[in-house]
Amino acid sequence: MPRHKAAIAVLAALVVAGCTTDKPASTTPSTASATSAQGSGTGEQSKFFVQADFDAQLAMRSETPQGPSDKPWEQAIAPQMTGTATYKKDGPYHLCFSNAAVNNPWRQVGWKTMQAEVGLHKEIGKFTALDAEGKDDKQISDIAELQAKGCDALIVSPNTTATLTPAVTAACGKVPVIVFDRGVETDCPVTFIKPIGGYAFGADAAEFLVEKVPAGGKVLALRILPGVDVLETRWSAAKVVFDRSQSQVVGVEFTDGDAAKTKSIVSDYLQRYGKIDGVWMDSGATAVAAIEAFEDAGVPVPPINGEDQQDFLQKWKDAGLTAVAPTYPTYQWRTPIIAALKILKGEEVPKLWNLPQPKVTGENLSTYLKPNMPPLHYALCGCEDLPGYPETWGGKKS
Amino acid sequence: MRRALPIVVVLVVLLAAIAVVNPFFLEPAGFLGFLKRAAPLVILAAGQYFVIVSGEFDLSVGSLVTAEVVIAARLIDGDESATWPVLALLIVIGLLVGLVNGVVTTKLRVPSFIVTLGMLLVLTGAVFLWTGGAPRGALSEGFRMFGRGGLGPLPWSVLILLAMGAAAIWLTRTDFGRTLIAVGDNERAAALSGVRVDRAKIFAFMLSGLAAAVAAVLLGGFAGVSAQAGQGLEFSAITAVVLGGVALGGGRGSVPAALAGAFTLEALFTLLNLYGISGALESTVQGVIIIAAVAAGAVRLPWKFTPRRGDAHAAS
Repeated sequence: MPRHKAAIAVLAALVVAGCTTDKPASTTPSTASATSAQGSGTGEQSKFFVQADFDAQLAMRSETPQGPSDKPWEQAIAPQMTGTATYKKDGPYHLCFSNAAVNNPWRQVGWKTMQAEVGLHKEIGKFTALDAEGKDDKQISDIAELQAKGCDALIVSPNTTATLTPAVTAACGKVPVIVFDRGVETDCPVTFIKPIGGYAFGADAAEFLVEKVPAGGKVLALRILPGVDVLETRWSAAKVVFDRSQSQVVGVEFTDGDAAKTKSIVSDYLQRYGKIDGVWMDSGATAVAAIEAFEDAGVPVPPINGEDQQDFLQKWKDAGLTAVAPTYPTYQWRTPIIAALKILKGEEVPKLWNLPQPKVTGENLSTYLKPNMPPLHYALCGCEDLPGYPETWGGKKS
Repeated sequence: MRRALPIVVVLVVLLAAIAVVNPFFLEPAGFLGFLKRAAPLVILAAGQYFVIVSGEFDLSVGSLVTAEVVIAARLIDGDESATWPVLALLIVIGLLVGLVNGVVTTKLRVPSFIVTLGMLLVLTGAVFLWTGGAPRGALSEGFRMFGRGGLGPLPWSVLILLAMGAAAIWLTRTDFGRTLIAVGDNERAAALSGVRVDRAKIFAFMLSGLAAAVAAVLLGGFAGVSAQAGQGLEFSAITAVVLGGVALGGGRGSVPAALAGAFTLEALFTLLNLYGISGALESTVQGVIIIAAVAAGAVRLPWKFTPRRGDAHAAS
């Protein structure tokens, strides 16, 4: 009977799967921290962790940025200015932009903000943007293509750091290059713009939890994926903070950024431990799902961090949560346009342009919560004063 | 039910393994939680059963689920009074997508693999174009009740699952159910004996679309708006059906076994998760299951020689 053979094969497949699943569990206890009793349960440190960067970013958090305080996208922390007289030319200018992707809400909000910023400046005669759709190879050819279009300045938001470095290096020889968000492994761009960074993000959230969770409390850490530098830095900073604390990290789980999976994982942990005293997240997209898992289980929501997305901020206010929202501000999409114009006018710009990276707290929540904006809108877009707000960002006038 | 026996044994073993790691699983609340989580996949598997047993595939269900969740959020936009009209609309959209899949497959003679793969791409692209990567709007509490709430201790999703499962089992016992197996087994023979093959297949695709719509309501209710709501569900549903011993290429299988297959897959994922192994390995496990199950279906040992049947279904 073929049916029986099928069943035997399925059993065999399950056994095979069982064998392969044993291996990572025994060689890397870090992922199975729930059952290991070592240390604070955070596992081994990420290979992406760089102590010097970590220290620098944590120090930057307390420095006062220079520039207008009502325009954080023009501010810079401890800037080392660089001269741009050699790039000076008369307008109108042709600005070009090689965008890594517009495939998530964060990049959507940022991209709309950048386009609105371009609209503010009459001296920009032409703005050419190419979307690499999240593919390195497309971005490499996009950058080459843009060089042939007579751009006066090239803005790059690299898809990945190492792979895009040669393409950016090649472009540096022809036009002034401005890099933002993720970096490249060369200092040839005139300026590199970024918020303080992932270590500050992860530490902001972890420090809040360490303060709010009682000593010995159980913390669950939820991450999207392993192996992505910008996310690894967030977790590795949190790990350092948790290791120094009394908190017990009972699990470090990957959610794939999927709300249903996040909710299931949190429910599983609630079943297994009965009580979870804090939730750390490396990004806010699934924070609401995590909160709902507590609500559906009929237990109080413990201290948690999210990000500056409206759905989380709304939930925070409605449920009166103990929460914090570190940010990776979308207003950084305005800065490259401003930098490009400064460069073409021969004005000095910071070589490394570190933007302030505020966090949303219980005290300033009401200033960032905007009920007329869509649930996945990022509050720190710095776009409120731009033409077309709020409709262009999907919001309702009111 | 005899057909479902091997997979039920596997399922019981897995459930026992879960209970060993997590004793709470044996309590009513723990087990109901598992059923609630499994409900969308089980319902999708029931829909997928009808398509696969008729000798076709439906790869579009995952993207259909995503599209339905995003559409619901945009149209409801937090407005309670819009809940029921939008629910009705979602069902209609599900049936309509199934109808298109079925008509193109049968009338235009495009292989269903291509039709539904195309539909997957069309829906994914349309959702992206419409939302720009960030869904708008919000689901109402009334809508979310189906995935979150319950009637006393019984989650709505479990009740819906029971109703859908019962309906699916009933359908296989009707003339339609038998006809579908005959079509999948040997399309030409079925046609020659007077079966309206096209109509049966179109109906099967519409059932799959309906299942996707119901799964979308449960998933959207459970987890909220997300542009990734249905990601990968088409492969999970096919794996579940194949795991239940339903032959790819059609003609063989039963609904209870397909449903048990879906529960088994969900139990397997839960078990992996409990052991702290999640993410990438889930797809690996699914891949191994699909290949192993199909290979097992193809192997025929010499001492059980059976004359080869007409292979019309393999060619279609």
